[in-house]
Amino acid sequence: MAYEYVPLAVLLPFLGFLINGFLGRYLKREALIGSIASLMVGAGFVIGLTTLFELLAAPPESRTRIVELFPWISAGGLNVPVAYQVDPLSVTMLLIVTGVGFLIHVYAIGYMHGDPGFWRFFAYLNLFIFAMLNLVLADNFLLLFLGWEGVGLCSYLLIGFWYDRNFEKGTTGDAAKKAFIVNRIGDFGFLIGMFLIFSTFGSLRFQTVFAQAAAFEVGSPVILAITLALFFGATGKSAQIPLFVWLPDAMAGPTPVSALIHAATMVTAGVYMVARCSLLYALAPAALTVVAVIGACTAVFAATIGLVQNDIKKVLAYSTISQLGYMFLALGVGAFSAGIFHVMTHAFFKALLFLGAGSVIHAMHDEQDIQRMGGLKAHMPVTYWTFFIAALAIAGIFPLSGFFSKDEILWKAFSGGHGVLWAMGLAGAFMTAFYMFRLVVLTFEAEPRWGKDKHPHEAPSTMAVPLIILAVLSVVGGIAGIPASLGGGNAIEHWLEPVFRPALDKLGGTGHEDHTMELVLMAVSVSVALSGIWLARRWYLRKKEIPEALTARIPGIYRLLWNKYYVDEAYDGAIVTPLQKGSEKLLWKVVDVGVIDWLVNGSARAVGFVSRGLRLLQTGAAQSYVVVFILGVVAILGWLLVH
Amino acid sequence: MITEHILSILLALPLLGACAVMLLPRHSGAAVKITGLLFSGIAFALSVWMFVVFDEAQPAMQFVEYVSWIPALDIGYSVGIDGISLLLVVLTTFLTPIALLASWDSVKDRLKGFVALMLLLEVGTLGVFVALDLFLFYVFWEFMLIPMYFIIGIWGGADRVYAAVKFFLFTMAGSVLMLVAIIWLGYYASTLPGGHFTTNLLTLYSVAPGIPFAIQSWMFLAFTLSFAIKIPLFPLHTWLPDAHVQAPTAGSVILAGVLLKMGTYGLLRFSIPLFPDATFTYLPYLAILAVIGIVYGALVSWVQPDLKKLVAYSSVSHLGFVVLGLLALNEEGVQGGVLQMVNHGLSTGALFLLVGMIYDRRHTRMIKDYGGLARIMPVYATMFMIVMLSSVGLPGLNGFVGEFLILVGAFTSQVLGSPWYAVAGATGVILAAVYLLWSYQRVFFGRVENPDNKGLRDLSLREWCVLVPVIIVIGWIGVYPKTFLDKSAVATRSVVQRYEEGRRGDVRAVSGMQGTGAVQSGQSGNILAGTGAVRSGQSGSILAGTGAVRSGQSGSILAGTGAVQSGQAGSTLAGTGAVQSGQSGSTLAGTGAVQGGQPGSSMKGTGRTQTRQ
Repeated sequence: MAYEYVPLAVLLPFLGFLINGFLGRYLKREALIGSIASLMVGAGFVIGLTTLFELLAAPPESRTRIVELFPWISAGGLNVPVAYQVDPLSVTMLLIVTGVGFLIHVYAIGYMHGDPGFWRFFAYLNLFIFAMLNLVLADNFLLLFLGWEGVGLCSYLLIGFWYDRNFEKGTTGDAAKKAFIVNRIGDFGFLIGMFLIFSTFGSLRFQTVFAQAAAFEVGSPVILAITLALFFGATGKSAQIPLFVWLPDAMAGPTPVSALIHAATMVTAGVYMVARCSLLYALAPAALTVVAVIGACTAVFAATIGLVQNDIKKVLAYSTISQLGYMFLALGVGAFSAGIFHVMTHAFFKALLFLGAGSVIHAMHDEQDIQRMGGLKAHMPVTYWTFFIAALAIAGIFPLSGFFSKDEILWKAFSGGHGVLWAMGLAGAFMTAFYMFRLVVLTFEAEPRWGKDKHPHEAPSTMAVPLIILAVLSVVGGIAGIPASLGGGNAIEHWLEPVFRPALDKLGGTGHEDHTMELVLMAVSVSVALSGIWLARRWYLRKKEIPEALTARIPGIYRLLWNKYYVDEAYDGAIVTPLQKGSEKLLWKVVDVGVIDWLVNGSARAVGFVSRGLRLLQTGAAQSYVVVFILGVVAILGWLLVH
Repeated sequence: MITEHILSILLALPLLGACAVMLLPRHSGAAVKITGLLFSGIAFALSVWMFVVFDEAQPAMQFVEYVSWIPALDIGYSVGIDGISLLLVVLTTFLTPIALLASWDSVKDRLKGFVALMLLLEVGTLGVFVALDLFLFYVFWEFMLIPMYFIIGIWGGADRVYAAVKFFLFTMAGSVLMLVAIIWLGYYASTLPGGHFTTNLLTLYSVAPGIPFAIQSWMFLAFTLSFAIKIPLFPLHTWLPDAHVQAPTAGSVILAGVLLKMGTYGLLRFSIPLFPDATFTYLPYLAILAVIGIVYGALVSWVQPDLKKLVAYSSVSHLGFVVLGLLALNEEGVQGGVLQMVNHGLSTGALFLLVGMIYDRRHTRMIKDYGGLARIMPVYATMFMIVMLSSVGLPGLNGFVGEFLILVGAFTSQVLGSPWYAVAGATGVILAAVYLLWSYQRVFFGRVENPDNKGLRDLSLREWCVLVPVIIVIGWIGVYPKTFLDKSAVATRSVVQRYEEGRRGDVRAVSGMQGTGAVQSGQSGNILAGTGAVRSGQSGSILAGTGAVRSGQSGSILAGTGAVQSGQAGSTLAGTGAVQSGQSGSTLAGTGAVQGGQPGSSMKGTGRTQTRQ
C-alpha cells in the first residue's frame, strides 16, 4: 500500500539534510550535492502521487489512513505518538510542498552556483521540507507543532544564510532573528491552544479531538478560546495582521528561499492548520468572523503597501501577505476548499514570481531596485514571459489558475452574505493587478535604467526549466477547480469534501447556487483586474508624469505607504525598546543589583557590624572581665534585695 | 554482589579516585587527569548499567542498603533510588567526566587538588540523590559545599573569593534551618505512641503528614527555604550569577548541571511528600515565584553583556519552569519537571562548556568582543546552535519535551487551580528565543570586526569528545524521551499519590470536626474549627478557622480569618478575609474585601466591595 510509504516521504528529506549537513563539505561537487537534495524531495512527490491515486481508487468516505511509527511523549493522560495522517487534505499539501519544493531545489542548483555555503544551503532546504511535511502530515497537534516550529527554525537559518551581509538598516541576522521571534510570539498562541485542547478533550490527536468536538454546541466558549488561540498562531506563521512584520524582511535570504517560504511552505502552514481544524472553527462562528475580517483587512492593507515599493522582492513579499489574506478570507466565510485551492494555485504563480525575480537579480548582479531596471524583456525572454504569465495569474485573469481560485473566494464571500468583505477583496484584486503590472513594466518593459557595467543574460537551464514548468502550472492549475457555473466539476472541492464535511454540516447548507449572479461577479472581477493592468501600463509606460505628480500631491500618504505604515517602528517603540531598556535599567540594575543583592550584602554587613561591636567585649584583659563580673554580681544581689 | 551494593560502590568510586589522585607524585599532570577521568568514567559506566537493570515497574526504592549508624537515634546509612533519583544520578556521573575533560588544558595550577575536589564533589552530589535518611542527606548536602567552595575560590576568576563566600553563606543560611527541622521531625516521631526518634525518610513519610498544620508550616518553610536558595528561586538567586561567572568551566558545568537540581529534587523528595498540607497552602506563592523567575530570569538574561552571566540568569528562568512543573502535582507536570532537570543539566551544562571553550581561546566573556565567529569556527557555531535550540525548547530536541509537559501539567493542574500560571510561564518560551537568539547573533553572525578573533582555531578533537555525547543525548531525549520518561513514571506517580493520600488523611481527620487541614476538590468538604484551605470544592466551608476557600461553590468561612475566591455564594462571616469574584459573596462583620461579586456585600466590616452588581 502506497500510503504506508508516506513516512518515507517525510524522512528522505531529513536523510538528505544529514548527508549534506555532515558530508556536504567533503562532497565538493555541486551537482552531486544538489541532486541528492532534489531527489530526496522528488521521491516524496512520487510517493505523494502514488498515494493520491490509491486514495482516489477508494470510496470517498474511507480515504483517511493513519500510519503510526512510535510513541513520542507520554506522561499521565498525555499520549502523543509520531504518527502521520494520510487523507485528501494532507496528500494535497504533500504534493504542493514536494512538487513546488522540488522545482525550487532544482532552480537553486543554478542560482547558488559558486556559493561557498552551497552544501549548507541544500542541507537547510531539505530540513525545511522535512519540517513542513511533518506539519502537513502529522496526525496530532504536537507533531504538527514540531513542523510548525521547525519551519520557523529553517526560515531563521535560511534568511540568515548570508550571515555577514547587510540588509536594509541592519544585517541579515536581524531579519532572521525577527522571523524566528515573531513566529515564536505566534507559537505562544498555538501552545495555549494546545493546552486548552488537551484540558478539554484529553487528547491531542486530530481524530480523537474532532470526534469529541462534534458533540459540542455551536458557540461553546472553550472552543472559541481554542480557535482564537490557534488563529493567533496562524497570524504569526502566515504573516497576517498583527504578526506579518517578519515576512517582508524574510527576503534577506537567497531568492530560492523566498520562493520556498512564500509559496510552497511555511506561510501556508497557518491556512492549512485552520483548514485542518475546520470543525472547531465551524463550532465558533465568532472565531470564523475574526478569521475572515483579519484576512480581508490584511489583503487590502498589504496590497496598499505593495503599490509603492521599489524592491522587486518586497513588492512580491507584500503581495504574498495580501494573497494569504484572501486564503483566510476564504476560510473565514466557510469556503475551506477554496482556501486550499488558492494555496495551491498561489504556490505555482508565487514560486514562479520569486524564481523569476531571482533570475532577474542574478542577471543584474544583485540589483533589486526596479527603478534601476527596465528593458530586460529583450535580454531574458524566458524569464519575461513566464513572469508575465504569473502576473496575469495572480491578477486573476481568465482562464489562468489564479482566476479560478480567487473568484471562488470572492463568490463564496458574496454568496455567504459578506458584502463588505467581498468589496474589500475586489479592491485588493484591483491593487494586485496594478502593482504586479507596475512591477512587470518597470522591470522588463520600460526603457533601461541600468548602468553599462551590467550585462543581463538569460538564466541557465537549471533555472529556466523550473520557470517554464511553473508557468504551465500557473496557466492550467485552475482546471482542478472549475466551478459548475462554467461547466466544470470543481474537482478539488469534491476531493477535499470528506475532510470538511463535518465542518460544513455544522455551518449549515449554503442554499441554492445562483449561477447567473456568479457569472456577473466573475465579469466584474475580471474587468476590475483588467483595469488595474491597464492603469499600470498607462502610468508606467506612457504617462510617467502621472504617478510622479500623484506622489508629489499626496506626500503624506505616499510616505505612510512607503514606510509600511510605520508598523515596525511602532512595535519597536512600544514593545521592544521599553522591554529591553526596562530589563536592563530597571530589572537588572535596580531590582537585581540595587535591591535584592543590596539586601543580601546588607545582611552580611549587618552581621559584620554587630560582630565588631561584640568583639569589644572580648578584650582578653583579665581586669576588665573581673570588673564586669563584679558588676554582674552586684546587679544580681541588688535585684534580689529589691524583691 | 555488585547489584546489591551498587550505590555504595558508586559513592566509593569517586572517593577512591580522589584518594588515588592525592597519592600521585607532585608533578604528574597527565596521570592525575587520566586517573580522575578513569574513576569518573567507571562510575558513569556503572550507573549506565544500573539504569539498564533498574526495574521501572517497581514502585519501591531499589538497590536499597542499610547500615545502622547511630542506633539510639535511628540514624543510619540508608541509600536507595527510585526513578527520579536514578535520572539525576546518571546525569551526575555523565557530566563529571565531561567536566573533567573540558578542563583538561585550562586548569594547570594545583591540578591534583582540582581533580580531587571535582571527584569529591561528585561523591557529595551522588550522596544527596541516593540518601534515604534525612541526617545522611544533610551530611552530603553540607559536604558538597566544601569542594564547590574551594573550586570557585581557588580556580575562579578575579572576584572568586567574594563569589565563593557568597555562595557558601547563602546556602548555609538555608541549610541551618533545615537541620533544625530535621531534628524536630525526628523528635516528633518519638512523641507518637510507640514511636522513637528517627531520621529514616520512609518512616517519616507515613508520620510527618500528620503533624499539626501550624508546625507543619514551619517545617515546610525551613526545608523549602533551603531548597529555594539552591534552586535558586526568585528572589533568592543573586548568588548564582556571581558564582557562575567566577567559577571555572568545570565548576559551572557541575553547578548548573547538577547542584541546582538538588534544590528541585529536595522539593520533590522532602518538602512535598512530608508536608502535604503545608505544600497545599504555600503552593500558590511558590508557583508565583516560579513564574516570576521564568519571566524575570529571561528578561535580565537578555540584557547581559557577559555571555556567562547570560547563561547563568537563563538558569533562573529554566529552573522556574522545573518548579512550576513539580508544583502542578499531576503526572504530566512532575514528569516534565523531572525530565527538565535532566534537560537543563544537559543544555545549560553544554552552554557553559561552549562558553568555556571560547574563553580558553580569547580570555573574554564579553559578547561585544566577538562577532562573525560562524565564519571562523563553523563547527563550534553549529554545536552552539544545536545546544542553544535545545535551550530554546525547539521541538525535536530535549528542552521542548520537558517544557511542554510542565506547561500542560500546570495548565490542567487541579492543585494549582488556575491555568494562568501556565499561560504566564509560556511567555518564557518567547523570551527564551529572544535572549538566546540575540546573543547568538552578536557572537556568530555579522563580519569579523575584531582582529583578535581572526586566527581562532575551530574545535579540537578533545572538545569534540566533550560536546558530542551531550548533543547525542539532547537529540535522543527530543525524539524518543520514552527511554527516560518510563524510568521515572512510577516514581512520579507515587509522589503524586503520596501527596494526595496525605491530604485525604487530613480530610478524614477533619470529619472528626476538629483539626488542621485542607479539603481539596471535594464536594461538600468541611473543615470545622480548623486551620486550612478548601480549594475548588463545592460548598466547602471552614467554620471558625483560619484558611482559604478557593473557587468553591457556596464556600464560606465562618468566624475565621481567610479568603474566599471566585466562589459562588462565598461568604466570610465574622472574620477577617477577602471574598473575590464570588456570586453573592459577602463579608459579614469582618475586615476584608469583596471583589467583583454579584450582590457582594460587606456588612459591618472594614473592607472594600468592588464592582459588584
